[in-house]
Amino acid sequence: MKVIILGCGRIGSTLARSLVRDGEDVTIIDRTSTAFRRLGPDFKGKMVLGNGIDEEVMLKAGIKDADAFIAVTNGDNTNIMSVQIAKEKFHVPKVIARIYDPIRAYAYRELGLQTICTTVVGARLIKDTLLGKELGAMADYCALNPEDPVI
Amino acid sequence: MYIIVAGGGKVGHYLTRALIDAGHEVLLLEKDRSRADYLSEDLGEVVTWGDACEVSTMKEVGMERADVVVAVTGDDEDNLVICQMAKRKFHVPRTIARVNNPKNEDIFEMLGIDATVSSTKIIFNLIEQQIETDEVIPLAPLQRGNIEIVEVDLGPKSPVVGKRINQVALPQDALIISIVRDGHAILPNIDVVFKEGDSVIALVNADQEAQLRAIFAESH
Repeated sequence: MKVIILGCGRIGSTLARSLVRDGEDVTIIDRTSTAFRRLGPDFKGKMVLGNGIDEEVMLKAGIKDADAFIAVTNGDNTNIMSVQIAKEKFHVPKVIARIYDPIRAYAYRELGLQTICTTVVGARLIKDTLLGKELGAMADYCALNPEDPVI
Repeated sequence: MYIIVAGGGKVGHYLTRALIDAGHEVLLLEKDRSRADYLSEDLGEVVTWGDACEVSTMKEVGMERADVVVAVTGDDEDNLVICQMAKRKFHVPRTIARVNNPKNEDIFEMLGIDATVSSTKIIFNLIEQQIETDEVIPLAPLQRGNIEIVEVDLGPKSPVVGKRINQVALPQDALIISIVRDGHAILPNIDVVFKEGDSVIALVNADQEAQLRAIFAESH
């Protein structure tokens, strides 16, 4: 599977290394070259320096034949815009956006984008651990119901 | 009309003032506190401090009764999200986004934004008119640049000088709108004969601009 990851922060770099270990074809984009240090010296994937919402950069990363595009920069709007370009313009079959703001994550999930709100997932996981509860299913942690008091 | 302007940079600041002067009900959203304070000194109570990308801010300013939302921050991704949320969540009838990267014009259209304004492209066109590197000068793009209004200045060696308008075979999708001679606009009736120094104003399909140039420009 050819996977493009936008954003080489903690999530992006960890995900990239893990997918490479699984034998996947990984390309990671970031706008600062120092971010790539997180990948370690023996990283086998491809690194592309540039702004991830610029088409040229996406093409350089091989968006035309990508199977998946994952946006995990620290900017919610950058992630939202880039996955929409990947989906609507380049018809990438699987796109996922990490969104910090639960409301925005919910709104775009309703519009048909696959969004993961790590804020909500993290808060629920920590809360259950704190209360000594048995950990629930991942789908329950990822759920985004606007009536939920956590949101 | 109730117009919400998102982003209080220079564009948002002067746009808001112009809209107020034109008699509209305007609200300007700026997310930086000190910038918002500065803007209120000049514009008064129309300025609200808040992040236009946040739903709570959108509710607070009554986004659902806005007629138009104009997003003019310096970041294309923010402008896109503001307009999409305004349109889909608050059903604002018209959304206009500023795009900084001209390539994003097409993407914004594809993603449901009603209109885009590319300052980069506008400035580029104006500069091109000023430096006149070419005999065919684009004056205004229409239909997102697929059709253009262009100006062609006729030099002494232009092959059309001395010819009547109906003796010149134009490309299929080109139309002469006017001939400007000595500061006067002449309508293109069949009796007009092209003269050196004329400026021919034409409407042309962008992909036939080169053909138009070949017909009017000086042969080298």
